[in-house]
Amino acid sequence: MEQSVSYIGMHPYLPLLLILIFGLVLGLGVSGMSLLLGPKKPNTRKLEVYECGLPVTSSAEQRFSIKFYLTAILFILFDIETIFMYLWSTAFDYLGWFGIVEVGIFIATLTVGYIYVLRRGALRWD
Amino acid sequence: MMDFNLVQIISTILLMLLGIAVGAQIAPIMSWAERRQCAIIQRRIGPNRVGIFKFRIFGLGQPIADAIKLLFKEDFVPPYVHKAFYVMAPVIPVVTGLAVTVAIPWGSFVLFNEQIISLQAVNLNSGFLLIFALSSLAVYGVTLAGWSSNNKYSLLGGLRASAQMISYEVAMGLSIIPLVFIWGTLDLQLMITKQADVLWGFIPNWGIIHAPISFIVFIVTIFAETNRLPFDLAESEGELVAGFLTEYGAMRWSLFFLGEYSMMFVMCVLTVSLFFGGYELPWITQSYLLEVLTPQFGEVLTRWFLLPLGIVVLLAKVILLMWIFIQVRFTIPRFRYDQLMKLGWVYLLPIALINLIISAIVTAIVKFH
Repeated sequence: MEQSVSYIGMHPYLPLLLILIFGLVLGLGVSGMSLLLGPKKPNTRKLEVYECGLPVTSSAEQRFSIKFYLTAILFILFDIETIFMYLWSTAFDYLGWFGIVEVGIFIATLTVGYIYVLRRGALRWD
Repeated sequence: MMDFNLVQIISTILLMLLGIAVGAQIAPIMSWAERRQCAIIQRRIGPNRVGIFKFRIFGLGQPIADAIKLLFKEDFVPPYVHKAFYVMAPVIPVVTGLAVTVAIPWGSFVLFNEQIISLQAVNLNSGFLLIFALSSLAVYGVTLAGWSSNNKYSLLGGLRASAQMISYEVAMGLSIIPLVFIWGTLDLQLMITKQADVLWGFIPNWGIIHAPISFIVFIVTIFAETNRLPFDLAESEGELVAGFLTEYGAMRWSLFFLGEYSMMFVMCVLTVSLFFGGYELPWITQSYLLEVLTPQFGEVLTRWFLLPLGIVVLLAKVILLMWIFIQVRFTIPRFRYDQLMKLGWVYLLPIALINLIISAIVTAIVKFH
């Protein structure tokens, strides 16, 4: 096969590892260069938290809307289902109509959950 | 046992370097192009002064001057931030933004020393899913930047951005599935080869003809994934100062943009490869050119000639698409946050699902009967 030929030189994931290391070095190196070249003039105003010039009233680490957690949970649910559909789509020719019916049932189940989430107002942001 | 093959290793490294070079250079060039295009739309002149020595070259020296300026800015780490995360956060988009460039298909293959050299640095059997896997990691950079800055604007911007990016990822993943079963492969090079044909005698057999709704959903989600206007809620200047970038300055600040533009470039390459035939010229396919030119020059030379041609065609298509990105940025106003979430979850997700079912049935009728 043509694909296996291109793997002869390196393990297929090795270039990926190399480029990840390269990106890490580039990112840290470039910000480090700024550290070497730039001036250093701290003052009290500069060291304050930026809040449009007003005195800081409270810490930023407060509770935030539960909507964000909910979005994260829903994302995990739906994203995992996307992965299942990728598996089916690669075996589309092999599974034929059987696969389409099965995925149809799967999507129907998904839709019931989706409508439930929608009705309960989990996706309403106003 | 794996053979130790020097030609393959060198070619892979060269392809990686090509990807890194283009991916890293796209940020300065795009920043210049964006400012010029913005100026044209707003009837201003824009940056046209900075050149190299006496040649003004339309102000193309501007990005270089900007980079030098940023290098000599104060590298300021505020005392109240979570230092480790604050320093690492800008690196994550750069790492992922550069890493995705390895999956760019620059051409089919060339022959050297009677060996086949595939023109895709990393060709996994999971195909373009590698791009999705790495691009979703960019969320960590934004979220960590927002949280570690210990600033209310940053936190809100980071939260908004992360919720936005993960919301649109679902629709993005679902919108591409029809193309996988239409072409029957996850491999970008194989997909592009199949798109080189001509449909009904006159239209190129591009993915957009087969799955137009997929294209619309996908292009909208790309805008949201890369935090571009009209979806740049993460750093909406009007309400959140600069969102998750509020506490960042100098080179760290620009690293976010380096990663963002690189990711945008790769997403444009992915769009072009999936929907517009990648490195293949419409109507004049590479296999046709190969057939015509091989008797005169031989196969090896012809393939080497097709390599720059493919890269030029790919880049031309990508530049056109990125120009549309700039156009959209300065013509469509920003969405409100609830509108953004509604568009993602209530419209795009069902549209992608329905599109998936209909395309599956139509493809099955065409393929199995």
